[in-house]
Amino acid sequence: VKKDRKVLNEARIRFKGISANEAFARICVSGFVISAVGALGRTLTAEELADIKTSVSEAVTNSVVHGYRDSKGDVSMTMRLFSDGELYISITDKGCGIEDVSKAREPLYTTDPMNDRCGMGFSIMESFMTRLTVTSAPGKGTKVVMTKKLSLEEEDK
Amino acid sequence: MLTYKVNDRVLSVKLTGDIDHHSVIAIRERIDEILFEEDIIKLVFDLSETSFMDSSGLGLILGRYRKCSEMGIEVAVSGVNDRTEKVIRLSGIDKFIKVSRYSSEDPKGQNVG
Repeated sequence: VKKDRKVLNEARIRFKGISANEAFARICVSGFVISAVGALGRTLTAEELADIKTSVSEAVTNSVVHGYRDSKGDVSMTMRLFSDGELYISITDKGCGIEDVSKAREPLYTTDPMNDRCGMGFSIMESFMTRLTVTSAPGKGTKVVMTKKLSLEEEDK
Repeated sequence: MLTYKVNDRVLSVKLTGDIDHHSVIAIRERIDEILFEEDIIKLVFDLSETSFMDSSGLGLILGRYRKCSEMGIEVAVSGVNDRTEKVIRLSGIDKFIKVSRYSSEDPKGQNVG
């Protein structure tokens, strides 16, 4: 991370950790990143936007399905665009947390196979974003931080 | 959301709109009802009108595949685009489920550019 980089734009939202808000979170991150990148006169590729939406959907679904499986609470999402073209997204819940984060990140690992959970959430985030960091405390919650270096292509005139 | 039709014992299920954890709950229930009610030898998921799909969609397909395998029903996925294909390939489910770009309504791909 270069020292002289600046936060160009930032947004934070907090919403109820229910499944209907998985789509809401995708709409929010799309809106943020399209307008923040558009303000620079640049554009996102369709693939970048799909990668970001899918990764956010996975993280919010994890909070709803696993974090809040026995409790209710909010999910917070912070989005930032930096001057070097890096997009930062953090998604935090105050749910049950993850006992073993490295186990949870293994492809195809799931604690809930009966409900058709396929254990691909973290693999998708890892593969579709540039970096993924997961911190969790059992009983306190989970914070997922994802960054993606955007290509920031010139807008077609 | 889903629409479906049964033609010559082939059940074609078109998944429309966003396929995520929220929407798969009702879709899964409906497919399982149809599998119970109808005499089926093949289930084809048509993703040609799917605007978004995440790992919950993969779980839906994988779960139906497991159930159908036990009943001797073949499962295939059709009408994938760049986005849905990327998620499917990453999961590796295409190693045992046939995946094609063509929509089940356009089996020869005549309308695909």
